Amino acid sequence: MPDETKSPSSPPEGEPKPAADKPASPGGVKATPSGSDASPAQSAETKPTPEKPAAAGQKPAAEAKPAAPPAKPAAAGHPAPPKPAGPTPTPWDAPLVAKFKREYGSGINALTYLGQNYLEVDRSLISEVLERLRDEEQFDYCVDITAVHNPKREKQFDVVWILYSFPRNQRMRVKTQIADGESLPSSVSVWATANWLEREVFDMFGIKFDGHPDLKRILLPDGWKGFPLRKDYGILQQDNEWVQINLGIESGQ
Amino acid sequence: MTDPKTLSPPSLETHVAARDETFLDTNELVINMGPQHPATHGVLRVILRLDGEKVLGLECVIGYLHRGVEKIAENRTYAMFNPYVDRMDYVAAVSNGLGYCEAVEKLLNVEAPPRAQYIRVILTELNRIASHQLWLGTHALDIGAITPLFYTFRDREEILKIFEKYCGARLTTHAFRIGGLQYEAYDGFEQDVKNFVKFVKPKIDEYEELLTTNRIWLERTKGVGVISGRDCIALGVTGPVLRASGVKWDIRKAQPYANYKNFDFEIPTGLNGDTYDRYLVRMVEMRQALRIIEQAVEGIPEGPIMAKVPKVIKPPVGEIYHSIEAPKGELGYFIVSDGSTQPYRVRVRPPSFVNLQALDLMCRGQLVADVIAVIGTLDIVLGEVDR
Repeated sequence: MPDETKSPSSPPEGEPKPAADKPASPGGVKATPSGSDASPAQSAETKPTPEKPAAAGQKPAAEAKPAAPPAKPAAAGHPAPPKPAGPTPTPWDAPLVAKFKREYGSGINALTYLGQNYLEVDRSLISEVLERLRDEEQFDYCVDITAVHNPKREKQFDVVWILYSFPRNQRMRVKTQIADGESLPSSVSVWATANWLEREVFDMFGIKFDGHPDLKRILLPDGWKGFPLRKDYGILQQDNEWVQINLGIESGQ
Repeated sequence: MTDPKTLSPPSLETHVAARDETFLDTNELVINMGPQHPATHGVLRVILRLDGEKVLGLECVIGYLHRGVEKIAENRTYAMFNPYVDRMDYVAAVSNGLGYCEAVEKLLNVEAPPRAQYIRVILTELNRIASHQLWLGTHALDIGAITPLFYTFRDREEILKIFEKYCGARLTTHAFRIGGLQYEAYDGFEQDVKNFVKFVKPKIDEYEELLTTNRIWLERTKGVGVISGRDCIALGVTGPVLRASGVKWDIRKAQPYANYKNFDFEIPTGLNGDTYDRYLVRMVEMRQALRIIEQAVEGIPEGPIMAKVPKVIKPPVGEIYHSIEAPKGELGYFIVSDGSTQPYRVRVRPPSFVNLQALDLMCRGQLVADVIAVIGTLDIVLGEVDR
């Protein structure tokens, strides 16, 4: 077990020699992140102490590299179970889907994941699809509108409408992808509740909705610069200029 | 009457004319309510457009309590984010936790064991009563009935004591864990809950005695802040507000989560969609919550309280939307996983935020004093509005 755990974490560190010639020591050191008292006792039997700090010094460096430090020690403890491939989205078959597919063809993709249905819709069709979902398919309640930022993709934003139908007691989602700077048609005329929800999406992601009656920031102050829920916006980042001018303090941290 | 022109010098004449105009003026008056106002229940600023005492329209300015909860979630592991959700609707922290834990459980494809489900339902329903009690006390206080506040806070204390004995915290409880519960019910938990039910039933009658037929209460709430069921749906308003407008919809019945399908309870609805009906609906909801608790506490099965959940929670790549019936309405979590230990995106669909949007519509044509009543009846918590 220790050998197994050692090998995935140690090679990326790039020093092949110590890993090869002292297999016992890393096994002892492996416990260091959690309990440093236990490992000196262990390694004292096998190796002279001077070597230990060196090994211990390398180890945290290797541990610190991945993004999630708190989860790492435990994660290293369970490498053996192969990562179960999660369920994958399956096609969603329904009269509604058949109807839309017939009319829009490849502009629409219908999927089910964990029992939840969603439509992936091309941006150009979005206003028509949303309006028809309300009028023809009775999705009369827009639960939420939100977005997800994927900076690595060419079309960076997923915009998601979560819908519910009172008569059918059914939920579904509508998703579309847009690039940075692209706008979407507002759905305030379809569901009045979209007003604040779209404002929040604009506030947090900077996505514009054409035809929105009053598109402005909602949670952040009007003059704020930047869109906090984008992935390139750091968790400690803030609009220092705004803070200094409006709050009269050097920094909000 | 003498012509003022003959009496006064020209300068005064224009002055008087100007004054007369302002006295008969029906121009709009714009006033600010909040952000620091006792009746806004937090830091909510309402810009009112008035004609005399009549409200022509209003705009809510929110965000004073914005802490970036959704951003924090992206930088925490799934388990680490769990306590943060308590800080949104902090008077119903248990409900928030239930929604979040269930959403992640769905994403992981695990289910909490039956014993955990029962204890969860008991605590959540107790929290619903606590939330409604706090609402009743403060809402009545805003309108001018001071006594109910003392009654409700006295009785809410008993619920907080149970929470404290169960998990050590009274308000931000962090009662549930992903996959079940961390703590087994303490010795005497069932008895405490039964005693509470017995204790609080007559107390709810007491609140009703103070208010339900009280003439001042009727005058202040009947016909105030009316909203139709259709408008509620268009505006996404959920919870007791929707039900008071005659729409019989409760997620516990419509799309049962946890183990609510095992319990027998009713969904109260109102007829008029006014402040008084919302009051009645919430009173009935408290009694129905007691009914659920009574059934649940009798039926707690033996068994484990934690499902088999890996130490490190790493849901497969995918996304989920899960919502529950929180005391204030539909509380939803939309979670996107990229297969790592941290959620890629967590979106919270807060009932208070969406319900607050209806304030403008509900206040139009009402008097300024009724704005207070309508804010109270919407039962918003600014921690959840602003997140």
